[in-house]
Amino acid sequence: MIRFTWLQLRAQAAAVAGAIALLAAAAAGLLHRDDAVARLWLGVLVVVAPGLLGMFWGAPLVAREFEDGTFRLAWTQSVTRTRWMAVKLAVGGLASMAAAGLLSLVVTWWAGPLDRAALNQFATFDQRDIAPIGYAAFAFTLGVLAGSLIRRTLPAMFVTLAVFVAVRLAEFTWLRPRLFSPVLLNLALNPGSTGYGQAGTLSVLFSSPTLMPNPPDLPNTWITSMRIVNAHGQVLSTQVLDSACPDIGRGRGGGGGGLGGHSKAPQAVVNTLQDCVAKIGTTYHEALAYQPASHYWPLQWYELAIFLGAAVILAAACLWRVRRP
Amino acid sequence: MLAASGLGKRYRRRWALSDCTLEIPAGRVVGLAGPNRAGKTTLLHLAVGLIAPTTGMIEVLGERRSPAQLGRVGFVAQDTPVYPGLSVAAHLRMAGYLNPGWDGELARRRIEQLGLDPRQRAGRLSGGQRAQLALTLAIAKRPDLLILDEPVASLDPLARREFLRSVAGTVTGHGTSVVLSSHLVADLELICDYLVVLVASRVRLAGDIAALLASHRQRTGHQVRLDDLVVASMSQTGDV
Repeated sequence: MIRFTWLQLRAQAAAVAGAIALLAAAAAGLLHRDDAVARLWLGVLVVVAPGLLGMFWGAPLVAREFEDGTFRLAWTQSVTRTRWMAVKLAVGGLASMAAAGLLSLVVTWWAGPLDRAALNQFATFDQRDIAPIGYAAFAFTLGVLAGSLIRRTLPAMFVTLAVFVAVRLAEFTWLRPRLFSPVLLNLALNPGSTGYGQAGTLSVLFSSPTLMPNPPDLPNTWITSMRIVNAHGQVLSTQVLDSACPDIGRGRGGGGGGLGGHSKAPQAVVNTLQDCVAKIGTTYHEALAYQPASHYWPLQWYELAIFLGAAVILAAACLWRVRRP
Repeated sequence: MLAASGLGKRYRRRWALSDCTLEIPAGRVVGLAGPNRAGKTTLLHLAVGLIAPTTGMIEVLGERRSPAQLGRVGFVAQDTPVYPGLSVAAHLRMAGYLNPGWDGELARRRIEQLGLDPRQRAGRLSGGQRAQLALTLAIAKRPDLLILDEPVASLDPLARREFLRSVAGTVTGHGTSVVLSSHLVADLELICDYLVVLVASRVRLAGDIAALLASHRQRTGHQVRLDDLVVASMSQTGDV
C-alpha cells in the first residue's frame, strides 16, 4: 500500500523536491544575502507553501478518486479502505511536512544574517524554523478531509484554502499571544514620543483617535498589547481625553515630536499635544505586555504541536469518514 | 455463492434497493438483467462491500462483509475506472502491491495478447482497451468470484463482443463464478448460463437459462427468444 501510494504521488513529489532544490541552489549562489526584497519574498513563499500543499496535494488526493470513480477500483483490491486512507494520510502528510520543513530550513539558513541584524525574530515567526512543518501537516490533512467530505476536487481545494487561512489568522491573532503569559511592563508616558491618532488603517472605522505611545526599544520581542491605563487599570477613554485636552486633534498632523518624519506638524499643534500628554501622564501610564526573546523557541514548539495535534484530529475524521460505507 | 435476504439500501430519502431476496449458485456465469434504476448497481456494490446495507443482509462466498473477502472477489465497476495518469504497467504493479494472490504472469500475458503498450498512459486508452485493462486487474487477482457492473455499456459492438469473449475465455477452466450486469439481454445471452431479472428491487425471474427456455416452451408450446422472455417477465406485475 505504501508503494502504491508512492507510485501515485511520486511525480508531484519529485516536482516539489526539484523546486526546493532549485530554490536552495539559487539562494546559495545567486541571491545576495543582504537582499531585503528577496528576504521578504522568500518569507512569503514559506507562509503560502503549506496552503498550496493542502490545496494541490491534500484536496485532490481523495477527491480525484471520487471524481474519476477510481475509488471503486482502489477499494476493491485486497486492502481495506481504512488502511488505504491511513497510508495515504501518512505518506502524503510526511511528504508535505518534509517539503515545508526543507523549504523553511533553506530560507531560515539563507536569511540568517539579515534576521540577526533585524533583531525582530517574532516578525518572521511563521516563516522560519519548525512552525511551517506543523502548518503543512495541518493543511494537508485538512485537504484530504475536505476531499473526503465534498468528493469534488475544485470545491475541496477552495474550502481547504478558506479554512486554512481562517484557522491560521485565528491562531496567530487570538491563540498565539495567549499561549504564554507575557511579561508586563509599566512606563510613564513620554510627551516627546507620544503621538495622537489611530493604529492601523482599518481601525479608522471602528475606533476614535487616541494617544499613541511609541513602542520602547525591546529587541527581539513581540509586543502583544500596548495600552494607556490609570492606576486602577482603566483604559484612557475618549471622554477623559477630550475633557483634559479639548484642543487636541484640531489642526493638521499628529506626530509626536522628536521622532523625525512627523515633524511637519505646526509647532502650536505639537505643543498642544505635548502639554496634553504631560497632563494625562500625571494619572495615566503606558502598560505593555510582550513575549520576550526567550519565549521564541517554546512558542515555535507549541505552534508545531498545536498544528500537528489538529492534523491528527483531522486524520481521525478522515478515517472515520472512509469507514462509513 | 451470493445470497441476499430482505436487502435494502436507502440514500437519504430514496430507496435504491429494497427488500431484495435472491440466491445465486456458485460456478455459474450469471447475467443480471433489468431496466435502469432497477437496483443492479446498488446490489453489486453491496456485494463487493463498497456500500453497506440499510436493511437485511448479504452473504458473498459464504460470509458477510469481511476484509478477507476483498481478496476473493474481483470487481470491475461501471465505466471501468482506471487511473488516467498511470501507465498500463504501473496499474499492474499497483495491483501486484495490493493483492497477495496477484498472478503477474497472467496479467502480463493478457496485456501482451491484447496488444496494449505497457508504457501507455491509461488515460489515453480507448474505451475498449480501458475495459480490458480493468478486467485484467480483476482477473489476475485470481478471485473466486468476478463481479462486472455494466462493463460493456459504453463500448461499441465490436469491443463489446471481444470483451465478453475474453470474460468467458478466462473464467472457463478456473472455476471462477461470474456475475455480470447489463441492461441488454443480447450481451448476457452471449456468455451467461444463468439469468436473474431484477425489476424495482424484486427478482422477477431467476434460473438456468436453458431450463427457463425449455419450461417456457413446455408451457406455451412454442419456441421463444431469451430477449422476449426477459421483456415478458419485466412487464408482468407482481412476483413470479
